[in-house]
Amino acid sequence: MALTTAVEFERVRVDFGPFTAVHETDLEIGSGEFFSFLGPSGCGKTTLLRAISGFVEPSSGRIRIGGADMAGVGPNKRPTALIFQNLALFPMMSVAENVGYGLRVRGVARGVRQEKVGRLLDQVALSQHADKKVSELSGGQRQRVAIARALAVEPKVLLLDEPLSALDLKLRQHMRRELREIQQRVGITFIYITHDQGEALTMSDRIAVMNAGRIEQVGDGRTIYAHPQTPFVASFVGETNAIHGRVASVSGELATVDTPLGPLTGRNIRHLSPGATATLFVRPELVRLSAAEGDCSIHGTLSEMAFEGSMTHLTLRTPTDTRIAAMLVAADLSRLPGEGAPLTASFTPASAVVLPEAAQAA
Amino acid sequence: MSNIEVTFVSTALLLTAFLLTVRFDRRPGEKRLGFFRRNGLVVGLYLILCVAFWCIVTFVMPMVYMVDLSFHPKLPPSMAGGPEDVFTLVNYRMLLFGSPTSTDEWNWLHLRSFFGTIGISIALTFFNFAVSYPIAYYMAQSASVSRLRVIVLLLIIPYWVNDILRAFAFRILLSYSGFMNSLLIWLGITDTPVDFIGANVALYLALVYSNLLIMIFPLYNAIEAQDHNQIEAARDLGASWWHIHLFVVMPHAKPGIASGMTLSFMLMAGAIATPLVLAGPHSLWFTPIIYDRFYQLFDWPQGAAYAIALLLACILFVLGVMKITGLKLGEITK
Repeated sequence: MALTTAVEFERVRVDFGPFTAVHETDLEIGSGEFFSFLGPSGCGKTTLLRAISGFVEPSSGRIRIGGADMAGVGPNKRPTALIFQNLALFPMMSVAENVGYGLRVRGVARGVRQEKVGRLLDQVALSQHADKKVSELSGGQRQRVAIARALAVEPKVLLLDEPLSALDLKLRQHMRRELREIQQRVGITFIYITHDQGEALTMSDRIAVMNAGRIEQVGDGRTIYAHPQTPFVASFVGETNAIHGRVASVSGELATVDTPLGPLTGRNIRHLSPGATATLFVRPELVRLSAAEGDCSIHGTLSEMAFEGSMTHLTLRTPTDTRIAAMLVAADLSRLPGEGAPLTASFTPASAVVLPEAAQAA
Repeated sequence: MSNIEVTFVSTALLLTAFLLTVRFDRRPGEKRLGFFRRNGLVVGLYLILCVAFWCIVTFVMPMVYMVDLSFHPKLPPSMAGGPEDVFTLVNYRMLLFGSPTSTDEWNWLHLRSFFGTIGISIALTFFNFAVSYPIAYYMAQSASVSRLRVIVLLLIIPYWVNDILRAFAFRILLSYSGFMNSLLIWLGITDTPVDFIGANVALYLALVYSNLLIMIFPLYNAIEAQDHNQIEAARDLGASWWHIHLFVVMPHAKPGIASGMTLSFMLMAGAIATPLVLAGPHSLWFTPIIYDRFYQLFDWPQGAAYAIALLLACILFVLGVMKITGLKLGEITK
């Protein structure tokens, strides 16, 4: 992690009337970090972003940027730049005027401004479009204008509010790589808001998963995916099978959960005691069709099979009508029976996690 | 040719010119669903007749008649169409020189009023804009829906009061021994009453007041169409409020500003009731002078000449402003 802190939340809480959008939040984001807030719409991630940029004042708590308390500092005085979801480019200005707007309001001399705008447009490969109207550009080009406009003011922190959501899939994937490259090149902190786990996982150094105004877990993509700390994180990030039950026994790192499908064992990372209601989560790609010694097994019939090229999605239906999803790579397909045939799915205890049952778990 | 003949011939010419431009505008080979096919015969005929009546009978013909009248001498009805009913510039000469024959001296009384009316209307239009813009901006970008409803109601209700009544109310409010002066004296701000009417303060206030809505609604429409994120984006990039208004909101609202300002200007320069009631003794708004040509002198040709001079000046001014700001007529009416 980075050595210095770019943005620091200290007991930040945001209320809108009787509604609490963000509950007390403590968080440090290191400088030079690509940090994502991931969560469903309405989870408070945009409110946090607007609090950093200064459009929302926290009801309590402090936000520090580069060590300086931001209380009472307007959005126009903060060392941040925001890229809006709909980009909010100025339609009456040319591409170059858009990029140079932040410099113009700072009173930067025309010559210096033009040179800098030229350099930025060069960086985002838009030099030949400098004099065009924004409306004449394609979606991806507009995206790059918005990035250049924000970078022009040399912010310490760049805030991005789901800027890729309006693009089509191919362009979105391309822009992910491009954003990451730009971030590495300019070396400033990027704070990225998204509900798309793919975006968060591919670009971020660290991710904060948010739900209902609270940060549920902070960590790098792999940790969040492999070691979810809450049922919400487990089910929101990536696909998963959730099997509800009660902890029967605990031995070392593992806990065995009594479920309608029989006793199943997973990692007891939250140190639950026997008797606690719990949910066992296992990822579809960790479900296998060949059981080895010590594996947990689930018996049922093969109810659906969806071939997707490199992957095949299987759905196993148990006698209690629970559906278990499994994902197999093409090579494993030869051993498959036909649809409706009995099938046994299994997983190693190390690949499953046992988490406490939460009231608001999705 | 008599007045009526001239009116009909000119109207027919205008109509032909219009139809020809429509014909030239149509691209060759373009197939379009016919007007009657789209609307049906009955509705189509009804539409055409209504629009034609509105344009020709209520607008073009009276205007053409007035233009023609302004080029004739004042004659008793028995001599109309007779040998003395010739085309003449005498009425326009009266406006410029105050005499039907001599051109030695300018008609300063009327000319000063003419240019004064236009100049003050311009100033009042800017003042009106300055008052209306913050209200329109607040309505369009800041106010909640319920607040907006209250504001619109508060803006509209005063317009249920008719123009004359409003003018007299201003007179009562601002006259020498009126409410405002009583209040000022009671508060000890002044010892002697202020002559609001004599200084034309009452007239200017009433003119701006009656044209507030004319300005606010086009502005509101234009500003409301702007994405609020653009304003936030400008703020986020470091712009101060005045910079945002000057370089982000106003350029976007330009058509609305132009539309509100031209309407407000035209209506102020052409206002008659308010100046009749509220103008001070030293001010001569130009419209009462026109009114006097018609109803004091009973010289309709001269009145027509004065009215047309004012209309032309206003149109020229508006066209000039549009030329400078680079706006087209189509944008203003958006």
